[in-house]
Formats: sequence, C-alpha cells, structure tokens
Amino acid sequence: MSAVIQPGQVPGKATATVTASGARLAARRFRRNRLAVVGLGVVAFFFLFCFVGPLVYSTDQTHTLLQQVNLAPSGSHWLGTDAVGHDVLGRLMYGGKVSLIVGLAAGVLATVIGTLWGAVAGYAGGWIDAVMMRVVDAGIAIPALFILLVVSAITTPDLTGLIVILGFVSWLVPSRLIRAETLSLKNRDYVLTLRAIGGTHARAIIRHILPNSVSTIIVAATFQIADAILLVAYVSYLGLGVQPPSTDWGGMLSAGLTAAYSGYWWLIIPPGLAIILVVWAFNAIGDGLRDAFDVRGRG
Amino acid sequence: MTVTQGPAAPQAGPILELDDLGVVFTTESGEVPAVRGVSLHVEPGETLALVGESGSGKSTIAFAAMGLLSGNARTTGSAVIAGTQVVGARESDLAALRGRTASMVFQEPATALDPLTRVGGQIAEVIRNHREMSAKEAAAEAVALLRKVGIPEPEKRATAYPFQLSGGQRQRVVIAMAIANDPALLIADEPTTALDVTVQAEILDLLRRLAAETGTGVLLVTHNMGVVADFADRVAVMYRGEIVETGPVEDVLLRPSHDYTRRLLGAVPRLSVAEAEKAAPAAVTEAPDTEPVAELRDVSVVFGRGRNAVRALDGVSLAVHPGQTLGLVGESGSGKSTASRVALGLIAPTSGTVSLFGTDLGRARSRARRALRAGIGVVLQDPVASLDARMTVGECVAEPLRVHHRGLSARDRRSKVAAILDRVRLPREVADRAPRELSGGQRQRVSLARALVLEPRLLVADEPTSALDVSVQQAVLEVISELQDELGFACLFVSHDLAVVQHFAQRVVVLRGGRIQEQGPTGKTLTHPETDYTRGLLAAVPVPDPVVQRGRRAERLAALAAGRTEVQA
Repeated sequence: MSAVIQPGQVPGKATATVTASGARLAARRFRRNRLAVVGLGVVAFFFLFCFVGPLVYSTDQTHTLLQQVNLAPSGSHWLGTDAVGHDVLGRLMYGGKVSLIVGLAAGVLATVIGTLWGAVAGYAGGWIDAVMMRVVDAGIAIPALFILLVVSAITTPDLTGLIVILGFVSWLVPSRLIRAETLSLKNRDYVLTLRAIGGTHARAIIRHILPNSVSTIIVAATFQIADAILLVAYVSYLGLGVQPPSTDWGGMLSAGLTAAYSGYWWLIIPPGLAIILVVWAFNAIGDGLRDAFDVRGRG
Repeated sequence: MTVTQGPAAPQAGPILELDDLGVVFTTESGEVPAVRGVSLHVEPGETLALVGESGSGKSTIAFAAMGLLSGNARTTGSAVIAGTQVVGARESDLAALRGRTASMVFQEPATALDPLTRVGGQIAEVIRNHREMSAKEAAAEAVALLRKVGIPEPEKRATAYPFQLSGGQRQRVVIAMAIANDPALLIADEPTTALDVTVQAEILDLLRRLAAETGTGVLLVTHNMGVVADFADRVAVMYRGEIVETGPVEDVLLRPSHDYTRRLLGAVPRLSVAEAEKAAPAAVTEAPDTEPVAELRDVSVVFGRGRNAVRALDGVSLAVHPGQTLGLVGESGSGKSTASRVALGLIAPTSGTVSLFGTDLGRARSRARRALRAGIGVVLQDPVASLDARMTVGECVAEPLRVHHRGLSARDRRSKVAAILDRVRLPREVADRAPRELSGGQRQRVSLARALVLEPRLLVADEPTSALDVSVQQAVLEVISELQDELGFACLFVSHDLAVVQHFAQRVVVLRGGRIQEQGPTGKTLTHPETDYTRGLLAAVPVPDPVVQRGRRAERLAALAAGRTEVQA
C-alpha cells in the first residue's frame, strides 16, 4: 500500500498518458537547474570556438614572427600576441582543441576502465572484490600528479600517450561509484531471475547491471572530463604535456607566466579563464545530470 | 483553538468529521486528483474501516485528516477533529492536535521509530510534548504504557532500542506512543500489514481492547477484508478517490450493495474453515509415484560463520512432483524463500542434496547445470524489481530464449514472445512498451510470460501475488492455474497467505524457524492440521465475514487461554 498516490498508478487513466516519458522528465529536471543549462551553453560555446572558430578567424600558429611579439590587444590582434608572435585568440582556439580532446578522451577512458573494474569487483564479491578494491585504495593513496610527473620525466608523451596516461591514473573514483551501484543492482529480482534460469554472469553484467548504472556512469564521466581537463592543464603548465609548437591552455598559461611581471595580462587571463570556465561548466553539467537522473533511478 | 488545555473531553457528536474532502497532488506530470468529495464521520468509541485497493485514496484521507500531506498536495473541503478544522490550519495548531487529540499508527513499525533512541525515551517524549511532567514521571508513565500494550518486562524493555524488539513488539511501542495522551481519535494506517498473521491477531486484539476501554474513535485504513471483519463497526469502501458504499460491517461485508464492493469481496481468497467434516479430496494421493522434478533432501543452510552463524534451513526435505503445486507456507523468517532459492540453485546448501529433474545439482558440471535450468521458470514477488526498467517488455520476455536458444532468429523470437503474451492474456502490443507503463498485475503477468516462454517443467513462484491487490491477485492466480492445466508444469508456490495456498496448492509444507512443521495434502493439512503451530496459524487468519470471524476470535482466545493454563499447570 503506498501512502501517496504515485502518478503511474492513477486509476481510471491509461498510465502511459499520465507519465511523461522518462527521458523527457529527465530533460525537464535538467532544465530546471539553471547553472547546468548555462554550463551546457559554455561547453557548446567552447567547442564551437575551438573547432569552428579557426575557420572564421584564421591565424598563423606555426611560424615565429619576431617582428610582432607581445603586442597588446588591438584591432588586428583582438587578444594581442605572445612571445613568439602567435595571435593569442587564435592560439586559444588551437590550444583549446588539444585541451578539450585530451580532456574528453581521457575522461571517457577513465570512466570506461573504472566502470568495468567496479562492475566486475562488485558483481564477483568475496575475495575477488576485496583484492580489486584494495588495488583501487592503493592507487588513490598515490597522488595522480606524482605519477604523471614521474611518467613525463621518463618519456615525452604524444597526444595519444597523454590520453592513455591520464585515463589510467583517474579511473579509480568512478570504479568505486560503479562498484557501489553494482552491489545494489546484483540482488535485484531481474538479475536473480536471470541467474536462476541459467543466464551467464557476463550477460547479467552487460545486459542488466551496466545499462541500469548508465546514469551513474554518465554523471561520473562528466566529472571525470572536468578533472581530466584540469589535469592536462597541470601537466602542461609544468612543461611536461604536449610539446611545442603544439600547445594547450595549460601550456599557454605556463608560457605567459614568464611575462607576468611585464604586464602582458593578455597572455595569462584568456587561457586561465578558459580553463576555469570549461572545468566549471562540466561540473555544472554533472550536477544537472545528477539531478535529472537521481529521481528517475527510484522509479 | 484551545485544544491544548485539559484532556480530550468527550464530545457531543463525531470526533472526526470529513465533509466534501478533496485532495489533488501536483506532480511533474500534471495534477492528479487522489480524493474527491469524501464525507465521513467517526463517533467516539467507534471503529470505522476505510477499505479499498491501492491508489483508491484511503491513506491520503488518513494523512489529510491529520494535516500530514506533503507539500505538493492541495486539500479542499473540510476535516474537523474534535471541533478543530484541520484543512488550512496553522502548523502550530496542528502540532497541538497531533499526538494529543488525535494520533496515528503507521504501517511499518521499523520506520516509525527512531532507531537511535530507546523506546521508553521515545514514548516519554510524546508525553512531554503535550503535558507538563518531569522527565522521571514521564519515564514511569512510559513503562506503564508499555505494560498496557502488553510488552513483557516493561521496565527492562523501556531501555531497549527498536532493533532489539521484534516487529510485533515494535508495533506495540508505536501504539503505546499513539495512546500516550489518551487521544480521542486514533488513525491506524494499515497497522498490521507488515506483520505476520499471528502477530496481526495479537495487535488487533490489543487495539480492540484499548478502543473499548477508553472510548477512542478509530479510523482504520486497510485493504484486508479479514481485518475489517475482525475489528470494524462500520465500513466505508473507497474506489478511485470516492466512497462508493458506507454501512455497518455486517451489511457491507455480507450484503454489499455496490457493484465494486461485491467484486472486491468476490476476489478475496477465503480460507475454508474446518467446519464441514469433508474428507480430503481423493484425487490427491499422498505421494505420487512419479519422479519428482525438484527434490530437497535433508537440506540445511547456514549463513555466516562462527558465532554469527544463522541456521536458515535445518534438515528440510521436500519434493515437487510433475503437474503438481506444492505450497510452501510459513511466517517471516521461517525459511520459505531460502528453501525456494535452494531449489533454484541460487543458494548452495550447507549440507544435504538438491536435485532438479533427477540430477544432483551439487554434482552437475556448470554447463549441465545451466542446461537443467532451462527447465525452470521463476516469478518473484516485487512486480517493479522483477523487470529490468531499461528493457522493453518484449526483451524481458525474450531473455530466457536468448540465454538458452542462441541460434533463434529475431523473427522466431518475436513470434514466441507474442504467443506467450497471448497465453498470459496480455495484448501483443505490450511487447514494445516499457515495464513502467504497465500496472502491477500486468507486470506480474509479464514475469509469468518470461518464466513460461521456455515451457519449463517447474515454475518457482515466490509470493507472486503478495504485492498485488486482491482483484488483480485473483486474475494472476487464474492465469497461472489455467496455464498449468495446459502446459502441465509443476509449481513450487511460496506464500504467507494460507487462503491463497489452500486454493492453489495440492500439497503443502509448513515451515517454522527453518524446520518443517508438517506437510501433507492441502485439503488435510490446512483444515485438520496435526501440529499446534499450524492450528494457531490458521486460527489467526481473519476471515472476511464478521459473524464467522467473531466466533473464530472467541475460539482462538479460548484456545490460547487453555494453552496458557496448560503450560502453567
């Protein structure tokens, strides 16, 4: 007996017409979170800016132009130029591409690894779970930045290498989330039913547990992307990320900082602001998605 | 309003009066009317039962009368408790009213109590909320209340935490809190639904005694017609947010005038009582000669290790024969679900053997074991959790085919799904719908379709209808037994509802504390039981006939009293 009537149980009406579809409800809840909508707008803007922007505002980002270094913003260079004469606005687009690609890919990679690890540990339970989660505990005890510095000191990673390294140092948190989710899902009646009729464990995980964790996975992925973008910036700031002439926002910040005392603010503020905005925006989207999915998880 | 002063004085006129009460919930998918134009009254010393199926709005009325509805509810009309208008009242006025003039007993005692506070302290708090009293006096009063609600050793129990008490004792504590300030009105929302039948009978006895002693008016919200027959003076039947019939309990239950009431009562499975000395149906032989499809031999299951070990099953032997339904009954914690899960191979027995279709599960290789399981269908209790919300109904039903007939083409799979949906009397179109678009009864039929799509030789049904309303329960049980006639599968049917088992099973096993109390043909065991335990269990089931139930109650109390004197002698 439910104390309060649930919308889906209203007598006398076809339930399908009363409950709006789950996806639409989730979208409505997301929209109600204003910050998340702004965040989505910010991310969309930066994607357009970095990937479509160069087509509209084309600049030379390969040649050193010593006759126009460290120019202040003006009509021909909206955000001025840097120490080797590259247009800063153009460089922001060029570097942003790297930041966004690496951040997205590394965030998704980390989530995929974490999801598989967490789902297997949670589903298997017992000593397998214990061993797998102690590995995670150990990993979390070592700061990611420390690992990144060591790895960067040994090799100079290219773009793919950077993605893989970042992915492999940041899958730990999502694995814990998905394990917790799996622990509750594996005792659901539909999983028990499947096992009782002889379904395989792989089927239980792939067909039931992962699809039902998808909201947790998506939310985790969003936060992972934000973290990864920040990590790329850290690494590049320390001069261990993508190598010149290629760059990213962290690298731009690092290069600009050497000129901080000369008052060349246009070398520091734009990339710094871009990092802050994008990281904040992904976090806001994550919050919004959590709102949108959480309630639905109960239904 | 000056309801705070003085004890709840006896009033002229009704203690609760609802007039044209309406409640509308504002939800994300629009406005949902839950209660429409309900008028009713409860006189002092009277028990009015509000009955109806889930979603009929009966609990909403109980909450509205106390002003406890959530923020998205809009209440219209009037609800007056002892002269105080509740609709639109200020929260401070309501707080003075609640727990003093009117109080409430909730369904689930486990969540109605604060787990971190000793029960004596929780009762004392209710007392001190409304009366000037020292902590010491209130504590003494709490002990007195615990004694009044029949808790043994009340001084000691007052210092216990809720988790240290059984479900029945917890509900007694909740009742003690509700009567702490001698309320004039008690609203009980499904007060016994979460309890076993024997405990339910005790709690009903207690409520009846308290109401009679103090002249308290009781609004009893329930879906159980047996409880109504046992306890109520008058009955109001709700359907889709409206009251369709009101009257004295004999009239409504024995001579219902409204069509819906008639249908509702018709769907209630009735326990046939051992008055007629009918012999057990001859068709059911003691033990069929056929080889059992599932057999548990001397099975014990121990959970945990060492000192924390719990023996869930202890030397249980039972067999399900082809075409036959074996009912597994018992109260909560009796091990009936554990036994069914052992039969399914989901729980490995600590000792003893389990065989399916003549093969020992413990010895079979995993591949062979998986193949054996193609012969099993499963239906579990919860209609929501049984189906994966991320799949369509068609995918849910097709899952066993995907597991055991991998080579099947998509078209064959679809036609098999359509055929089995026909058989459980669901339209084929539901295959493309999401489970959440279906009602509870429809979902259980989807579960049944999934269980039967492989044409199994054994169906294991663990409380398949406990979460459903009676009318829906009847439809689902009918489908199961029809299909059993057609397809000839055996059925292991786990249930706490003796009336359902009596109608549905040919043989029955009564479990208690992990041990088998007795087993035999249903017609014999559930009408002329051999053990006192089964007898007590049967006597505690309230039947939906107030006249018969009154006699049964007297018999049960006499039997209990006799048992007590015997023990003392």
